[in-house]
Amino acid sequence: MKCQKCDKPATFHITELEKGKHQQELHLCEEHARLYLTQTEPEPGSQPTLAGALAQQLAVGQTAEELEKLDKKACPVCGITFFEFRNQGRLGCPHDYIFFEKELEPLIANIHGETAHVGKRPHRYAGGTAHKTELIRMRREMKEAISEENYERASRLRDEIRRVEEQTQQSPPE
Amino acid sequence: MDLNALANSTGEWLRASGPESDIVMSSRIRLARNLAEFPFISRATDQDRNEIERQLRERILQIQSSGQLQYINVSELEGIDRQFLVERQLISREHAESHGARGVAIDGREQISLMINEEDHLRIQCMHSGLDLAAAWEQINQIDDLIEERVTYAFHPRLGYLTACPTNVGTGVRVSVMLHLPALVITKQIEKVFRSLQKISLAVRGLYGEGSQAMGDFYQISNQITLGRTELDLVQQVGDVVPVLIDYERRAREFLVREKHETLHDQVSRAYGILRTAQTISSEETMHLLSRVRMGVNLGLIPDLAIPDLNELFIHTQPAHLQKLRGVELDTEDRNIERARYLRSHLNKPDGHGAEHN
Ligand SMILES: [Zn+2]
Ligand SMILES: [Zn+2]
Repeated sequence: MKCQKCDKPATFHITELEKGKHQQELHLCEEHARLYLTQTEPEPGSQPTLAGALAQQLAVGQTAEELEKLDKKACPVCGITFFEFRNQGRLGCPHDYIFFEKELEPLIANIHGETAHVGKRPHRYAGGTAHKTELIRMRREMKEAISEENYERASRLRDEIRRVEEQTQQSPPE
Repeated sequence: MDLNALANSTGEWLRASGPESDIVMSSRIRLARNLAEFPFISRATDQDRNEIERQLRERILQIQSSGQLQYINVSELEGIDRQFLVERQLISREHAESHGARGVAIDGREQISLMINEEDHLRIQCMHSGLDLAAAWEQINQIDDLIEERVTYAFHPRLGYLTACPTNVGTGVRVSVMLHLPALVITKQIEKVFRSLQKISLAVRGLYGEGSQAMGDFYQISNQITLGRTELDLVQQVGDVVPVLIDYERRAREFLVREKHETLHDQVSRAYGILRTAQTISSEETMHLLSRVRMGVNLGLIPDLAIPDLNELFIHTQPAHLQKLRGVELDTEDRNIERARYLRSHLNKPDGHGAEHN
């Protein structure tokens, strides 16, 4: 398939799913896909990104129900939904790469042509330290507990957070 | 850090001391990093942002061995000071325009900048004059190692460094070189160059000014891919293509000198003439004319000007710089008058030389 704006092959298939808008499919080359993205009116506080546009691609070949279900899928750690990621092109926390792995894998392959890192590695990393991401979840839950005026739960979470923080600070570099 | 003092100085990368600096303005590398125990910025609460800012600021200021890093609390700066840091290329436009706790650590030579709470928790940037990617990589790699001893970065054994946007995942490296390509623009070959670069997945961007149009014939070449290749591969990929572009630009200049000498000399002289005599001038026109003059100096058509002086004029005539140098806020019209005054005073020295060195 050719790009709608030029003679190059269309590698990007974007489906506009904005509410109130007529559903529209676009077939563009990389250059025009970029151009298209930077031209679309950004949502307040968000910018269209390549990743966001690529995520729109997932919509192609999916039924409305499948898409609706996928969009509601929310990360248990930071709470971001797939819909929010599709809109903003920004992920919510490191755990999203694991939680949305199935959805992100084709995007990552599309952007980079590869799916495995071969570069530098930190001497210590969060791979073996799941409790680091746990902190994100607990802090979020504590905030929720406070806003629900569930102070008992909030104080339990606070103690738990302190315990984990102390643990992580003490653990020496691997 | 005293921003007024900074306004009067010249960043290391403007000194045109590096290799090929007649055509290559600067070499820049940046790394995107995130702390493992906090959400990315899009999901961070104000409290998270404050905590990220506090932790990273403390850790960064610990690593300085000789006190060379200075910290600027960007959230407390006036709009004009934030704009000034953008013009100086020490923070990004997004970082300036964002909200909440954020800051930047800068070294005295303006080679290193560490932005906290940009799109990612931490963005480390190293900028060198001319084509000098190897030195920039060595420096940034060292800084990254020193910070990494003190924090736990979000990292995945297979995907590498985890970033807010999947376009940066893996190495988190963006390698870019800023080139001055006026002859390729004049000879209308620039589009062709862009197309060939996109084929090898390199991105080309114009240097944007107040509007959205590429100005002054400056173009930035950078890698798009960040995953599946080592940092050095990415540095090399960008580094390898630059000599080819330099060669194209030199050939286009030779062509102009050979075939269109009068037109070229005329364009350069007129540009120089306007810059030395204008009473009011926009930032767009200034960039355009300075670009012509810069090429003229490189071709020996203007003997009494030096490239570092011109590089400085590019930066010092931008809106926030003009206002900082003048010490007052100016509206567009007054800025255009002040810009013309500044240019006249720097290009009409009695000794025939350009801007003063600092
Ligand atoms: Zn196209
Ligand atoms: Zn998440």
